[in-house]
Amino acid sequence: MPTKPETPAPTGPVTSTDAVVEAHDLEVHFALQGSALARLLGRRGRTVKAIDGVNVALRRGEVLGLVGESGSGKTTLGRAILGLVPATAGSITYHGRDRGDVVVSELGSRDLRALRTSMQMVFQDPGAALNPGMTIEEAIGHPLVIHRKLKGAELRTRVCDALERVGLSPVERYLGKYPADLSGGQKQRAVIARAIILEPEVLIADEPVSMLDMSVRAKILQLMLDLKDQLDLSYVYITHDLASAKYICDRIAIMYLGRIVEIGPSDEIFANPRHPYTKALLKAIPEPDPDRMLPRDLPRGEIPDAAVPPLGCSFHPRCPVAVQECGWESRDLRTLLEEHWTRNPGATYDAERDMVGDLGKLDKPELSAHLGVTDSQGTLALLNRIRAENPDEPFWRGVAGIEDDGNGVRLEFHQPHDPALRPAGGVEVACVLYPDERENEKT
Amino acid sequence: MRHWFNTIWNTRGLARWILVAGLVIVVAFVVLALLAPWVAPYEFNQSKVDGEKLPKLAHPSGDYWLGTNDQFYDIWSRVIWGARTALEVIFLSVAFSIVLGVPLGLVSGFVGGWVDRALVFVMDSLYALPSLLLAIVFSFLLRGPLGGGIVAAALSLTCIYIPQYFRVVRNTTVSTKEAVYVEAARAIGAPPRTIMRKYLFGNVVQSVPVIGTLNAADALSTLAALGFLGFGIQPTEASEWGYDLSRALDDAQAGTWWPALFPGLAIILLITGLTLVGEGLNETLNPALRRRRLIPVQMPAMRADDAIDARNV
Amino acid sequence: MKSDDVVISARDLRVWYGTAGLPVRAVDGVSFEIRSGEILGLVGESGCGKSTLGRGLLGLLPDGAARDGELFFRERDMLRLKRREQHALRGRELGLIFQEPLTRLNPLMRISEHFSETLKTHHRGIGKDEIESRSLEALRVMGIPPTRFRAYPHEFSGGMRQRLMIALTLVLRPAFVVADEPTTALDVLVEAQIIRMLHDLRDTYETSLLLITHNLGIIAEACDRVAVMYAGRIVEIGDAHTVFRAPQHPYTRELLRSTISLSTTGLNYIEGAPPDLSDPPPGCRFHPRCPDAMQVCERRAPVPRVQPSGSRTECWAADHANGLVTLTEDERIPLAKEVIALADEA
Repeated sequence: MPTKPETPAPTGPVTSTDAVVEAHDLEVHFALQGSALARLLGRRGRTVKAIDGVNVALRRGEVLGLVGESGSGKTTLGRAILGLVPATAGSITYHGRDRGDVVVSELGSRDLRALRTSMQMVFQDPGAALNPGMTIEEAIGHPLVIHRKLKGAELRTRVCDALERVGLSPVERYLGKYPADLSGGQKQRAVIARAIILEPEVLIADEPVSMLDMSVRAKILQLMLDLKDQLDLSYVYITHDLASAKYICDRIAIMYLGRIVEIGPSDEIFANPRHPYTKALLKAIPEPDPDRMLPRDLPRGEIPDAAVPPLGCSFHPRCPVAVQECGWESRDLRTLLEEHWTRNPGATYDAERDMVGDLGKLDKPELSAHLGVTDSQGTLALLNRIRAENPDEPFWRGVAGIEDDGNGVRLEFHQPHDPALRPAGGVEVACVLYPDERENEKT
Repeated sequence: MRHWFNTIWNTRGLARWILVAGLVIVVAFVVLALLAPWVAPYEFNQSKVDGEKLPKLAHPSGDYWLGTNDQFYDIWSRVIWGARTALEVIFLSVAFSIVLGVPLGLVSGFVGGWVDRALVFVMDSLYALPSLLLAIVFSFLLRGPLGGGIVAAALSLTCIYIPQYFRVVRNTTVSTKEAVYVEAARAIGAPPRTIMRKYLFGNVVQSVPVIGTLNAADALSTLAALGFLGFGIQPTEASEWGYDLSRALDDAQAGTWWPALFPGLAIILLITGLTLVGEGLNETLNPALRRRRLIPVQMPAMRADDAIDARNV
Repeated sequence: MKSDDVVISARDLRVWYGTAGLPVRAVDGVSFEIRSGEILGLVGESGCGKSTLGRGLLGLLPDGAARDGELFFRERDMLRLKRREQHALRGRELGLIFQEPLTRLNPLMRISEHFSETLKTHHRGIGKDEIESRSLEALRVMGIPPTRFRAYPHEFSGGMRQRLMIALTLVLRPAFVVADEPTTALDVLVEAQIIRMLHDLRDTYETSLLLITHNLGIIAEACDRVAVMYAGRIVEIGDAHTVFRAPQHPYTRELLRSTISLSTTGLNYIEGAPPDLSDPPPGCRFHPRCPDAMQVCERRAPVPRVQPSGSRTECWAADHANGLVTLTEDERIPLAKEVIALADEA
């Protein structure tokens, strides 16, 4: 039985000598298309910060996991490292074995294409990643045709080598096949063969097994681990599945809304998850263990809209242990009310809806929120009832003051604090609950 | 290609009959056109035999199967030579529009930006104009440099049809270029030209054959209309059904029906044939229209060892 | 449990598809019962007939498919019902939850309109107040606040849309719902929320659920019983706790071993791929991939037998190990395995 290779992950600060790729203060923004009318009037749409200030390094020979939900920016980060999406700010540097330091984020398209011989990608959906009109031989050999101008017998030999490496043997059975003739696992092997045929140093694997049947996932992961050892590869393994990340990764970066919220050696992350989001993800993984009960204390809601991210820490609206400076604001008040009405029978909503007035005005993120129309006492009583229902609700920690302003109630929130990554016991975590160790040393 | 051929060959039902009927008609015309020098008794502009004029407006008979017209031409010969003209023009115009429209659409859809906007604007303007009007304008313009021959006629029709190929190919390209395998092509370092050639082309031209055959029918009617109005191929260059039809109209009012009937029939028949082929192809190749044939299932009784052992349940 | 508690009962149910060649035997003789308020998990690799079975129970099969055997919904013989009667049952008594929610919602209709249309189709003459109260109740159960009742589908996130779809199914209070991979397209946290809601459904609606998934973790956490399907057959069915604790069929065991979970310490996988359902292997259909295969497995198909653990299994090895059958020396000889190429996989 193959077991996890015992290579201890190097710890300590990353120096540029052992990093293959580094992202420094990387930001990637996308412009959203506004409505038809806005476009007609020439107005620019909103921008989304898909990557919002990320510092991360991939060390030579390691598997770095980027883990997060959809919308966390993990896929964008992977593509940005390859130069497939342009960096808006910050830089990506590739420390090549042969070609020396290259600043990927400043390359022109011709140089970027040349860089593909060193950095390659494996895609999530193997069914979509192969051109349906190309045979396996053509598809896998194409990188060599493009970069090395190989043809004829030499090309075929190299293609056969790559096919054998990924386990597609006897090769004669696969060379002339079209992607439609292969199973999911076989297609993913072909995609991997295409990625390794140029003998790259770095492989970005974007959810390489999540579309595959569970009976072959382990096989493909094992193949990737074997190839890594045989070909001296370094992997960025992008996934939403912490279980496979735990198995394959040396280090893991947990991402949320375009930022890294926790990063460190996988053993430490799984043994002592620190960020509340990491804890939640770990708790949510369904385990085939009949004694485990359904997790009930999971964060509410979903990953928020990156175009208008929450104030303070992006995770605070879902965080069960958020404190006063986490960034509480008007939109959280709306969520609080809606949850209250969801918990209680329909009659409650009918009785209370008029007490709060227009909820739409809470949608703009502000540190001060107004609620109610005329009956200030009624609104105040409503807030007290909600608070009594669940006194431990973290929301109340963020409320600095509630005052009656005659035609309703005004809530003031504490000043938000947006936590940066800070070292905490072997990992780095972006959460105010962990005081910055560096600060302590100074004082 | 192999795949297309198989789908077409394996078609059943109405689609197959439409396709077969259309092909029979079209092939018949193609054969006539190819064998014209041997099948047609006279040249397309031959009104004399050994210095002696053919009869004017002779009834269809054993000597002149479809009669003769007011220019002393044998109508049977004119119909056969006309088929040659028609098919040449159709073939050239469809080929020209594919050769120009497909790459333009591909580049426009792939490159995007202002190139795309400009091309889409030009093509949409061409498409918005009435096609016959456009053809007349172009045939006027081309008459100077190219004369009134077959190439000029084909080119003036080409201008009408380019936008159709352009639009279809451009729109498919815009959606196909978002496909993962195109991103994968970028990830292996394929330059834009290679991406268009090896990854997009084969996947965006799938509907072109269908448009081609449907356009062929349309091209024939436009060609005939041009000839009828006197803007088409010059009578001295080739025999053309539309021109013959327009000349025969006056005689038809006087009761001489044959000079008008046969070119008219030829036009209708070939248009029908081409349309049937187009519709047949559309039915077989267009997945939205294709319906799977139902095959009834025969379920044998459960085998004894398959049956549930009642004692153990 | 009383037998009148049974909501769905299938015996030797078969669902085959006609093709140009041999028919595809997607479901080929399965028997099981689902009781009132119970959640039965259905698990197996892709291409084992899970979805076909789910749709077959509801009669939602494409043209060209045929059902045979016995299928009862409460007292009604589903295979003898007229098309129109089946149609009337669907929605009102039998519900289906799909994988991709966005495609099922009309982007031009408010959520309230979706609900009123659904309710009006199945309950003629239903009043406006009742529509609203029932809809809001269904939304509440699925954790969607009443303030969003008049919103449009595009104003909801992916997980909310799936919850909306479930609410739209539940508002008719069906007695039996098939959920076909309801959370596959969703993120872990949202998935966990929805699974918890599905699990708690019986408290509010007394709905029985057939939960089709490939995720064994979900089955372990949310289901009362589990049915493991392979090549058109249910090879093991029983109490979820028992099946996960002591899997009797080698397929169940290997499936559990190949699942990558947080406690995984080594990578395991099942060799080979599920067979072509138009021509399944003779004898036990799993024998070409089975590590425990014996001579008998290739020759004779095993019959379903209730094992001492309580689960019902189709496996000679389990029958033999538990002393349910006596096999001859010859029959017990391990089957010489054909070499399965590494890449012969699903």
